[in-house]
Amino acid sequence: MNTIDTFHFVFRSLTAHRLRTILSASGIAIGIAAVILLTSIGEGVQRFVLSEFTQFGTNIVTITPGKVSTHGGSLGAIGSARLLTIEDAIALKHSRYTQYTNASVMGNAEIRTQGRSRRVTVYGQGPDFSRAFNMQVGIGQFLPDDDPRNPRAYVVLGSKAHTELFGGDNPLGAILQVGGSRFRVIGVMASKGQILDFDLDDTVFIPTMRALEVFNREGLMEINIAYQPGAPVEAVVDDIKRVLVARHGREDFTVIPQQQMLSTMSTVLNVLKFAVAALGGISLLVGAVGMVTLMHIAVAERVAEIGLLTALGATRTRIRILFLMESTALSTLGGLAGLMIGAGVAWLLKLLVSNLPVNIPWDYVLGALALSVLIGLAAGVIPAMRAAKLNPVDALRTE
Amino acid sequence: MIDLTAITRIFHMGDQVVRALDDVSVRISSGEYVSIMGPSGSGKSTLLNIIGLLDKPNSGNYALDGKNVTALSENEQAQIRREKIGFVFQTFHLVPRLTAAENIELPLILGGIPPKDRCLRVDAALLAFELQDRAQHRPAELSGGQRQRVAIARATIMQPTVILADEPTGNLDHHIGGEVMSLLEKLYESGTTLIVVTHDRELGARAHRQIIMRDGKILTDQANDPA
Repeated sequence: MNTIDTFHFVFRSLTAHRLRTILSASGIAIGIAAVILLTSIGEGVQRFVLSEFTQFGTNIVTITPGKVSTHGGSLGAIGSARLLTIEDAIALKHSRYTQYTNASVMGNAEIRTQGRSRRVTVYGQGPDFSRAFNMQVGIGQFLPDDDPRNPRAYVVLGSKAHTELFGGDNPLGAILQVGGSRFRVIGVMASKGQILDFDLDDTVFIPTMRALEVFNREGLMEINIAYQPGAPVEAVVDDIKRVLVARHGREDFTVIPQQQMLSTMSTVLNVLKFAVAALGGISLLVGAVGMVTLMHIAVAERVAEIGLLTALGATRTRIRILFLMESTALSTLGGLAGLMIGAGVAWLLKLLVSNLPVNIPWDYVLGALALSVLIGLAAGVIPAMRAAKLNPVDALRTE
Repeated sequence: MIDLTAITRIFHMGDQVVRALDDVSVRISSGEYVSIMGPSGSGKSTLLNIIGLLDKPNSGNYALDGKNVTALSENEQAQIRREKIGFVFQTFHLVPRLTAAENIELPLILGGIPPKDRCLRVDAALLAFELQDRAQHRPAELSGGQRQRVAIARATIMQPTVILADEPTGNLDHHIGGEVMSLLEKLYESGTTLIVVTHDRELGARAHRQIIMRDGKILTDQANDPA
């Protein structure tokens, strides 16, 4: 029996029960479509989140005060971590790979001008902040390169703070009160949008030292180092540690390269994507159970036919192949249909809901297709073995 | 030539042991027309199944055309069924989803005959069994006589040396049954060995040799002169 005849024979048995074939193939189709659709959304979300986070640049190392570690005995006097200060930031400026340093502190404060007031996020940042984080200035300029220990009282507005307080007016030169102090507006940032519900535009930027006064704080919240692109991250981190340990006497700070954060986030998102794919996998499993049932019924229904094929000289291997191919063809058809449905719906979603991040991960799609072929094989194995094992005399006796 | 020596076939029904064939020896030459008769349970169908290589004896020897076939592997036995043996069943055993022509074609497909040859041979068979205008009908659309004609066409399409018929007229009325028997007898006249299992005396009497079985043994085995 040649391959074409085998295919033809299998095709004829599938088309003999058209409705049943379609129903059981659609079980697989729905499963595959679910896997593709869910992973498409998962992949889309992953790409979206990562691109949101990398828009500030990836060559940034963040230093925060304090370090979690276990000590033998009482913590005593050494237990309290030293604060991170502007001087620490200045010291790091001369480190080997440093491109920009930025001392940062943030908080909430009321800002007032021309009889209007608004509560916004106030950032204390250094003059290099806009360059380190790829922030674009819309009007005017960012904070000038003053002596970081005693900067002039200038403020740069986020675009939303600008529209809320000044409407369409040009704010440059205006006086803005932040907390208890007065600042002169020298610039407005370009709109940056929201990231994870933080409105990056409903903000004002003032020099770090001034912000510490406004918030009545002594230490910085973090120091950001933007290192030269291509520099080895380990060396950058080592340099930072060496400088700060020399100043603090011990390692009472934490250094987190953004790349590390990104890879952590990427891992989390991968797990999420996998979980979503597994969810689709469950519906695929249900489809597979339906297939196994169908193949069992098919064998039971065709016992006499199997006896006949044996009498006509079909070998047991041939009978096994026929039934295995039948289930594989069925699930492959289902898989292909599911692929088209899944990809089609994903594409439609992308078209209709433009801000829903959808991205079809082709490796998952190919995997799903391979899986549907495997399901067909697996679903067919036991029924096919049973068919091949039938005693032809008994098989011919059944009607 | 079929040569069975001391064939025993034992079935276990629960804890009962049934000797369906008990030390049966029989020799059937090529081109013979043999009827095997006997009450149900006498072992006549089992004998036919063993001759057709659908069943294996527990002991004894079976030589077909001088070749010991009991020792062959399953695949080799399948090949012999394909090439040398044609079966005709009481219940026809047509594949319901295939047309008459496709049912007749089935042994050719299993035998790996190229499509062009298949087409020619199926057309010839349809003509020989007067089924031309039924070729594209499914079994459900055929009468009993037509179905059995399709089945006989299928049994003979590979030009086997032996035709084994198990109650070929059991599901047909007397008149149609007679017609079907005439078809089978035509095959015998062209040189094919014909072995018919039946419990119908009249039908059995048409053969040139009658074997009567009882309780797994051959009771009588004699030549017969059909009137």
